[in-house]
Amino acid sequence: MAGSTLASPTVSPGFARPRKPVSPWLEVWRRFRRHKLAVISLFIFVFMVLAVVFGPLIWDVAINDIDFRARLKGPSWAHPLGTDDLGQDILARMLYGGRISLAVGLAAMVVAIVVGIVIGATAGISRGWVDAALMWLTDLFLAMPQLPLLVLIIYLFRDSLKEIAGPEFGIFVLIVAVIGGFRWMPVARLVRAQFFSLREKEFVEAARALGASVPRQVWRHILPNSLGPVIVAGTIDVAAAIIAESTLSFLGLGFPPDIPTWGRTLLDSKDYMEFAPHWALFPGLAIFLAVLTINYIGDGLRDAFDPRKVL
Amino acid sequence: MTTAEQPLLSVRNLVKNFSVKGGVFRREVDRVHAVNNVSFDLEKGETLGVVGESGCGKSTTGRCILRLIEPTSGEIWFQGNDVTAMGKAELQAVRRDMQIIFQDPYASLNPRMTVGAIIGEALTIHKLAATPKEYEARIVQLLETVGLNPDHMRRYPHEFSGGQRQRIGIARALAVSPKLIVCDEPVSALDVSIQAQVINLLEDLQEEFGLTYIFIAHDLSVVEHISDRVAVMYLGRVVELAPSRELYTSPLHPYTEALLSAVPIPDPSIKRERIRLVGDVPSPIRPPSGCHFHTRCPIRQLPLCSTEIPDFEEKRPGHWAACHLR
Repeated sequence: MAGSTLASPTVSPGFARPRKPVSPWLEVWRRFRRHKLAVISLFIFVFMVLAVVFGPLIWDVAINDIDFRARLKGPSWAHPLGTDDLGQDILARMLYGGRISLAVGLAAMVVAIVVGIVIGATAGISRGWVDAALMWLTDLFLAMPQLPLLVLIIYLFRDSLKEIAGPEFGIFVLIVAVIGGFRWMPVARLVRAQFFSLREKEFVEAARALGASVPRQVWRHILPNSLGPVIVAGTIDVAAAIIAESTLSFLGLGFPPDIPTWGRTLLDSKDYMEFAPHWALFPGLAIFLAVLTINYIGDGLRDAFDPRKVL
Repeated sequence: MTTAEQPLLSVRNLVKNFSVKGGVFRREVDRVHAVNNVSFDLEKGETLGVVGESGCGKSTTGRCILRLIEPTSGEIWFQGNDVTAMGKAELQAVRRDMQIIFQDPYASLNPRMTVGAIIGEALTIHKLAATPKEYEARIVQLLETVGLNPDHMRRYPHEFSGGQRQRIGIARALAVSPKLIVCDEPVSALDVSIQAQVINLLEDLQEEFGLTYIFIAHDLSVVEHISDRVAVMYLGRVVELAPSRELYTSPLHPYTEALLSAVPIPDPSIKRERIRLVGDVPSPIRPPSGCHFHTRCPIRQLPLCSTEIPDFEEKRPGHWAACHLR
């Protein structure tokens, strides 16, 4: 064969060193590690997750241990993050509440992304009246006044879900569903726009020419190339979901008031901001750190999954 | 067009209109007449060059033949079967015999797939490799065929230059061992020196595998080099179709003459009359009446040219043109 291609000699890109072929996931991890902020964020975030999962076992102070002699005390050895107006230990309460806050945030993000991708991809690939109908639905959700609706939905379904799934898990499912259910629209819009531009790209046309089925075109060619902005949008959703949960708690529609989620703690502290700033500071810091680290992890993931980025 | 053997591909009266939608109810308010009554035959092993300026419908014609764009009407006979009438399963089968190479080597390769996966996709879709070993061996073989290093299969497209990417695109098209390849301006995006390499590669492959090409381009000298016959398109119609040498030495249609006079000659001592066309190409939404070219034609005779569509006739043996006056 070499003889027949003399005029077009073998060409080789000038690589300094041949890289060993590695599995795609290892390659992603290798690339992720180059993003310093993302790696630091990953460590902090994993630490937070471990803290809320295993922390209550180590710091085994009861979250509802009332001690009026120690009201609104700042950080001390007995109470590393201080106490609230009933003398309850804030560290213990945050470790316990953090489980719910983080779980709500992550689960709501997953719901929003999955629903958004399914609706956006369906609209983007089918076009025509299916697209029109789905985008009409998206606009409808965007235009609806969300808070009154959230209140209404939770009010209507809270009790029946409590019966089916138990008081805590029932509320969890309900809150994740409504928060996620009202955050998928930007993702759907993003995915649809990406699909519209990608489906006309020549590499998708090449796949069509090879006889690739529509699901294959979507799964192998269009979807992987449309996920970059979605990952970033999704990480922002985590933050929004944690805050939305605290709003619901504040309205008395979230978890019962005795479950100290971060948002709830923050809102409880607002009347004491002047005498006990630590009470607001620590849950605020926790939300801030969770949001920030998730955003950076998202950034790192997006870059790691994009082989065009030189890392 | 009168050969004893059946041609590999016969296109008959191919038409493609694109709707322009507007208004509140998204009704069709206009039509872009992208391809208008195109017919030609293609023998096995032949290369048909298709030239014309941007927007004349040459790429649309190529894509209609592969049914990447659904033609509005017309017939496309490939090996005795009408491609336009095929159902899903038949079309899937015929995709093994017809492939396409794209213009932009940067847009035509999925940036998230390795070169091996890009080339191997065809093998997966058409189940051409029984074992992983066979699959890999075939990819290595294809890479070697187009002059790339087998080690490249684990790299991503962005690690390659334009010419190398075009080779990857060629390897992808070759993976199904096609009979016909539509080359949609395969060298327009490349440097001149790389153009020559890619064209030589295409010629070598044609010889080796007995390929038939439809070679779409707007560079006349490139087309002259590679084509057996050349079709000239203007506003969705084929205005002239002739053996390459004859078209270049004695063109019949005034549009072809004008195009040829614009080809640069690499010798400054040769002086030549340049035929300048006045005005822009008319909109394909409302193409001119009669002969589409009459608005810019230097030899037109009104009212004949503006009222009657000239027939596409065999003016000399094997030399077809659509002009009232020649």
